[in-house]
Amino acid sequence: MASTANAIDARGVSKVFKGAGQDEVRALDNVSVTIRENEFFTLLGPSGCGKTTLLRLIAGFDFPTEGEILLHGENIALLPPYKRPVNTVFQNYALFPHMTVGQNIAFGLEMLGKPKDEIAARVSEMLKLVRMEELKDRRTSQISGGQQQRVALARALAPRPKVLLLDEPLSALDYKLRKDMQIELKRLQHDTGITFIFVTHDQEEALTMSDRIAVMSKGKILQVGSPHDIYVRPVDHFVANFIGETNFLKGKVISSKGGKATVELAPGGTLLADVPEAGLPKGEISLVVRPENATLVKPGKGDLSGTVETIVYFGTDTHVHLKLTDGTAFMVRQQNAAGSGVDVKTGDKAGIAIAAGTPRILMD
Amino acid sequence: MMSDATRIAENARRADIRNRWWLTAPALFILFVAAIGPLLVVLLYSFMLKGDFGDVKYGQFSLDGWFSVFFERDIFDDTVGIAEAHVSILWRSVKLSLITTLLTLFIGFPTAYYISIQEPRRRDLLVFMVTIPFWTNILIRTFAMQEVVRNEGVINTLLVWSGIVDRPIQIMYTDWAIFFGMVYVYLPLMVLPLYASMEKIDFRLVEAGYDLYAGRFQVLRRVIIPLVKPGIVAGSILVFIPSLGAYVTPRVLGGGKNLMLGNLIDLQFGQGKNWPLGSALSITLLVIVTVALLFYVRNASKSGGGHGH
Repeated sequence: MASTANAIDARGVSKVFKGAGQDEVRALDNVSVTIRENEFFTLLGPSGCGKTTLLRLIAGFDFPTEGEILLHGENIALLPPYKRPVNTVFQNYALFPHMTVGQNIAFGLEMLGKPKDEIAARVSEMLKLVRMEELKDRRTSQISGGQQQRVALARALAPRPKVLLLDEPLSALDYKLRKDMQIELKRLQHDTGITFIFVTHDQEEALTMSDRIAVMSKGKILQVGSPHDIYVRPVDHFVANFIGETNFLKGKVISSKGGKATVELAPGGTLLADVPEAGLPKGEISLVVRPENATLVKPGKGDLSGTVETIVYFGTDTHVHLKLTDGTAFMVRQQNAAGSGVDVKTGDKAGIAIAAGTPRILMD
Repeated sequence: MMSDATRIAENARRADIRNRWWLTAPALFILFVAAIGPLLVVLLYSFMLKGDFGDVKYGQFSLDGWFSVFFERDIFDDTVGIAEAHVSILWRSVKLSLITTLLTLFIGFPTAYYISIQEPRRRDLLVFMVTIPFWTNILIRTFAMQEVVRNEGVINTLLVWSGIVDRPIQIMYTDWAIFFGMVYVYLPLMVLPLYASMEKIDFRLVEAGYDLYAGRFQVLRRVIIPLVKPGIVAGSILVFIPSLGAYVTPRVLGGGKNLMLGNLIDLQFGQGKNWPLGSALSITLLVIVTVALLFYVRNASKSGGGHGH
């Protein structure tokens, strides 16, 4: 069966939490998603979007109100967590404070009833994998946040789960450590060959680490795709806005053929844009243009024209914020490499050229 | 030569120490007058000759009190033997207290756990309800318990009415009645510290246990119990110590025929008119409690130290 090749298959999953009295919170609303074997899959969205709820349903800490969750083709939706070959790295690690580092890592193996010598071997293997050999007998309160993070990873990986769930595991670390751990996580996923499902609200983290990303909002999955896909071809305002910086332009479709549409822009001029796979939306449409796909040109040239409002210098590049003729805000990112870009000052008029093939029509 | 700076610092330090004494003086005074002082009086009394109608003969040193704690002199032939009555009362008290502690632990643990997993508002209400018995005097509560366990009481009426037994079973004036009473009286003292440490448990640790293939029983044994150990220790101490000296409950529900240490001590100061013996018995009780406490705390912190299984 084809479905057995997928690590996780969520089909029509909903989760309703009963609040006080009559209130109901629909944390997940008819979510279907397929997560492939050996994939680094990220659930991305703002807090309250349902990403953690979906993770907890896969872990077994909560049970879906509707729908099924398949693990390698077998429905696990109603199994208790201790009967699922799935382990979790918790947001604040949830290391057992009454055990040493080594005892924490051994816990899952002991519960599975593995023989003592096998447990000992596996524990040292895991300690080596996360580079913590010397700290085996330390109490978890005696090690740093980054080290606790590694122990949590080792503990979850020790029983060789089919799927590893990571619930915002890097959010408690400082910037530098977070960067290191991102690389470390990629390495661990590669070395162990285990499917990782990673939950985060940090779009940069999602883009740099994932094989595929599911962007979630209000209990629904809006788009699933590779980081490149999601960045270049966002389906709607929310996805475009949540990932990277974006310019939105309103307009009307004049004509369309072969997946391209000619759009008459509200600030004036026309532009050729990609049509979404699901087809053109009705009425007024929105276009998305990434700031790095726009360049400043001489006034009167290019696709759009506007007035420079602010210039923000970022070292590698400069962000130029403009106001278009109809008042729409627009941002251009210029690289600061020698010889590139046009010199402008606040208050200058400027033309904006948009790279052909990059504008895209949104579905809403 | 001290520089000005060091001299100012030195003066400030002295003033600081002086202030500390003044500030703690009231507490120290109360501690001495209310706790240490009376204890010293009791200790002194235990080494004096007993007065003819109670009290002691001041200034007349005697070991009679301490002698009578463990030994008795035969009235007829003056031979000395072990005071079996005292030893058996001592043993009874320790046994009853241990059983009471275990019973309250077994009943209190699930109770505290149940409270700790409720929603905050319901949790506060339940904790409040646990403390309600404290509003009533222990004597009244014990008489209320008498109403439950006596032959014409609630339990027996129900048992006879439902046909489980033909005649009321004798609970009143047995050890069972004492257990009923003691567990009822001391249960809140077990539930509250247990609840306090359970409430602090990060529930994600329990989830982590389930996630790592531990079933319900293993999560209880390997995660929850080690984490609430401080509460178990505190609750056991809070129940064991007062039940060892319990006086009202065994008297009312046990009918006074099954003496406990508390009743024995009371007897010496009352009808027995043997204050030195009463004092010596009190000190003996204090020593037992202290030793038991040291042993228990030491043991608990050792096994709770996370080194093993």
